[in-house]
Amino acid sequence: MASTLSDRELVSRCRAGDQQAWNELVERFSRYVYAISVQAFRLSESDAEDVFQEVFARAYQHLDKLRDDAAVRPWLAQLTRRLCIDRLRSSARERPVADEELLAGSEETVALLDDALTIHEALAATPEHCREILDRFFARDESYKTIGEALDLPSGTIASRISRCLARLRELLEGRSDADPPSGGR
Amino acid sequence: MTAFGEEQLARLIRALPPVPEGWVRAAQELPFVQPELDEIVARAEADAAFRERLVADLEAALEAEGYERSPAVVAALRLRFKAK
Repeated sequence: MASTLSDRELVSRCRAGDQQAWNELVERFSRYVYAISVQAFRLSESDAEDVFQEVFARAYQHLDKLRDDAAVRPWLAQLTRRLCIDRLRSSARERPVADEELLAGSEETVALLDDALTIHEALAATPEHCREILDRFFARDESYKTIGEALDLPSGTIASRISRCLARLRELLEGRSDADPPSGGR
Repeated sequence: MTAFGEEQLARLIRALPPVPEGWVRAAQELPFVQPELDEIVARAEADAAFRERLVADLEAALEAEGYERSPAVVAALRLRFKAK
């Protein structure tokens, strides 16, 4: 999870047949692809799963067609959008639906998810204990009690640790504001 | 990137929840299962009865024919054949 490879390097290694790099590419973008399906397009869990597998199946097959390796993030986002629209269109058979109607409101959500992915990438560069506690509390929505039991920490210390780790993440983001983010496609 | 407040950071971390169990592994297995997938698809294209069995009950058809039913194979074939 805490890889320092840029998207460009990762794609290049995948193209060379590096299985570990493929595992990492899937891991890096899995939440993003899933979130686009369920948050931007409000697909059901079952449709989202089909879209998820198809996005990565197509990405694997067509990785050599990607013109700019650093642009893998927008490429995956576009692929996900297109497959979500196909899915919605096929379930709205009673009347034709324009792309604009299906896309309504999704752009704003995808923009938010872009920022979210950037934050998650920065999170991957924080110490493991910070990564773990912030992901468990915010992304996995676990209680202090659950986190305390899983990480063997007194529940009374969780809030202060979360606060310290958020501050650390913020410092890290500020420190790299002029540098290329891991997803250097933007 | 603009500066983020802590509340905003929390909101953005929350915006990407984990993917349901098994989905990531299935996608990661794709390179390993591609040859088997290609074989099953080629066979289904040449053998209409096999294709019908796949569409009717994918996992049962794969099991009956001795294919491994890994999540990646099952997911890819479901997409391909719109199978149950």
